[in-house]
Amino acid sequence: MTAPLIYDDGTIRKILQSVKTVAMVGASPKQVRPSSFVMKYLQGKGYRVIPVNPGHAGKEILGETVYGGLQDIPHPFDMVDVFRSSDAAGGVVDEVLALPPERRGRVIWMQLTVRNDAAAEKAEEAGLQVIMDRCPKIEYGRLFGELGWSGVNTGIITSKRRKLNP
Amino acid sequence: MTPPKKTTIPHQDGPWQYGEETKAVHAGAQPDPVTGARNTPIYQTTSYVFDDVDHAADLFNLQSFGFIYSRLTNPTVAVLEERMASLENGRASVCAASGHAAQFLTFFSLLDPGDHFIASRNLYGGSITQFGISFKRLGWNCTFVDPSDPENFRTAVTAKTKAIFIEVLANPGGIILDLEAISQVAQDVHVPLIVDNTLATPYLLKPMEWGADLVVHSTTKFLSGHGTSMGGVVIESGKFDWAADDRFPTMTQPDPAYHGLTFYETFGDFGFTMKARAVGLRDFGPSMSPANAFYTLTAIESLPARMDRHVKNALTVAEFLQSHRKVKRVSYAGLSSSPYNDLAKKYLPKGAGAVFSCELKGGFDAGVKLVESVNLFSHLANVGDTRSLILHPASTTHRQLSDDQRDAAGAGASVIRLSIGQETAEDLIHDLDEGLSKV
Ligand SMILES: Cc1ncc(COP(=O)(O)O)c(C=O)c1O
Repeated sequence: MTAPLIYDDGTIRKILQSVKTVAMVGASPKQVRPSSFVMKYLQGKGYRVIPVNPGHAGKEILGETVYGGLQDIPHPFDMVDVFRSSDAAGGVVDEVLALPPERRGRVIWMQLTVRNDAAAEKAEEAGLQVIMDRCPKIEYGRLFGELGWSGVNTGIITSKRRKLNP
Repeated sequence: MTPPKKTTIPHQDGPWQYGEETKAVHAGAQPDPVTGARNTPIYQTTSYVFDDVDHAADLFNLQSFGFIYSRLTNPTVAVLEERMASLENGRASVCAASGHAAQFLTFFSLLDPGDHFIASRNLYGGSITQFGISFKRLGWNCTFVDPSDPENFRTAVTAKTKAIFIEVLANPGGIILDLEAISQVAQDVHVPLIVDNTLATPYLLKPMEWGADLVVHSTTKFLSGHGTSMGGVVIESGKFDWAADDRFPTMTQPDPAYHGLTFYETFGDFGFTMKARAVGLRDFGPSMSPANAFYTLTAIESLPARMDRHVKNALTVAEFLQSHRKVKRVSYAGLSSSPYNDLAKKYLPKGAGAVFSCELKGGFDAGVKLVESVNLFSHLANVGDTRSLILHPASTTHRQLSDDQRDAAGAGASVIRLSIGQETAEDLIHDLDEGLSKV
């Protein structure tokens, strides 16, 4: 259960390159919350982020309408980003699986410190890709060269030019 | 139950792990995206343009990664930061203008006035003064303990204790601490263990492999290596759980210095580095210059080769001195006669460093005579240069300490400190032999 999760860089890079719309469950309207940091950053990189938070349904966060649940989002999304506790992540996965297959997106991404192996297994059996205990902002920054600007060890060693745009 | 599919299975072998020498040359550096310049350019600039007001706001709020002003981040310095984090097997690091500035940033990020930390009494003399006198004026209280018994650290813990600070390979006594045991104490009392790894360098010792949570360096020494550039760095392992209890509010509570941001929650395993940078560097300003980062980066590329030669020369010179009739004792953990030789074999299998001391027969005057008589060794207050260096601590670096403090630090009246360089070993021996003949 507590074995560290290791995803290869290629897998994560492919997800970040192919996903366009992210439903963010647990998005907060407070600017200092980590979810707000991630949403703002992803928007800056060209992703559309749809906030989901029943306590704020109908309001706006960073220019996007907040929905009470995934089932309320009126248009397709590619990935669900889970800003909830590890326990609550199970319910989020159930919510995704309750949607018709063509509306579930392709990826369920659980944030740093969020890990629910049973839920992940269920989602994978239904054909979804699952990433746990990672942050898409940090991974984006790491794989596309920005994280090193803050002195973070990206683990990348290469003699290839850094790409300006992923 | 079917086993989880590929994405959640931890890879047994994982990605390829590059070796030490490769990381020393490559980590953190990629060819420039625009020009293809292979070596890291010196970004000699104070500031960076914003795309628009929104981009500026994102950067100031730390919502985006990027450059604002070189007091906070600079592309050349960032390459060095990533390289150091990589070499120490850490998560992230922040550079500073000097080793002392790095220590200041470390403690500023951890302590509030009234807080306490415990330090080994076998430290660089400047650290003893910084901790014992100057930090006290900021309300940061340090207790120095005899590190030879790891339990002394446990005994000194108070409700306000927030860190333990040690040098594993200590200057100038030739002392080696039992890192694993001290690390266990730090873990038991749940405070971060900070190791000043200046004298060993990550090539000889990686303190995080033994449980250190933070590593600091004076990059002025072996890392910049040629006596060219001042600098310091703090590296965080990313493994310390700041939120396990309520004793680390600087990491876990909203920071009024950053509009209520909570560093640990927002940046996770590099939260400490972000805090040291975004608050410490921002508000106190001891940043490393891009030129110094460049010299240090260039030097690190040859660190493995240089350290191999440093330790080889050091052992040769130490063996010579040990057999010299005017020398009372040589304190080099690499000698089989050293009481620290077993610890050296355990923690520093590639060599016990290149800085050691020897005690001459005769007193204060004998020490003065030797440093003034040598021709090749440079008489100066630094260590970790390509050149061999000599110093009489009692009359220089440890002058401001009391006799007791001096003895405790291994810097008594006739002690000479040597930092062995890259020269021909026979020349170094000849030079010391000539000098000793005049004592
Ligand atoms: C072990 C050790 N730590 C820290 C320092 C302080 O570093 P700096 O002189 O770069 O401020 C030194 C400098 O002599 C040192 O030898």
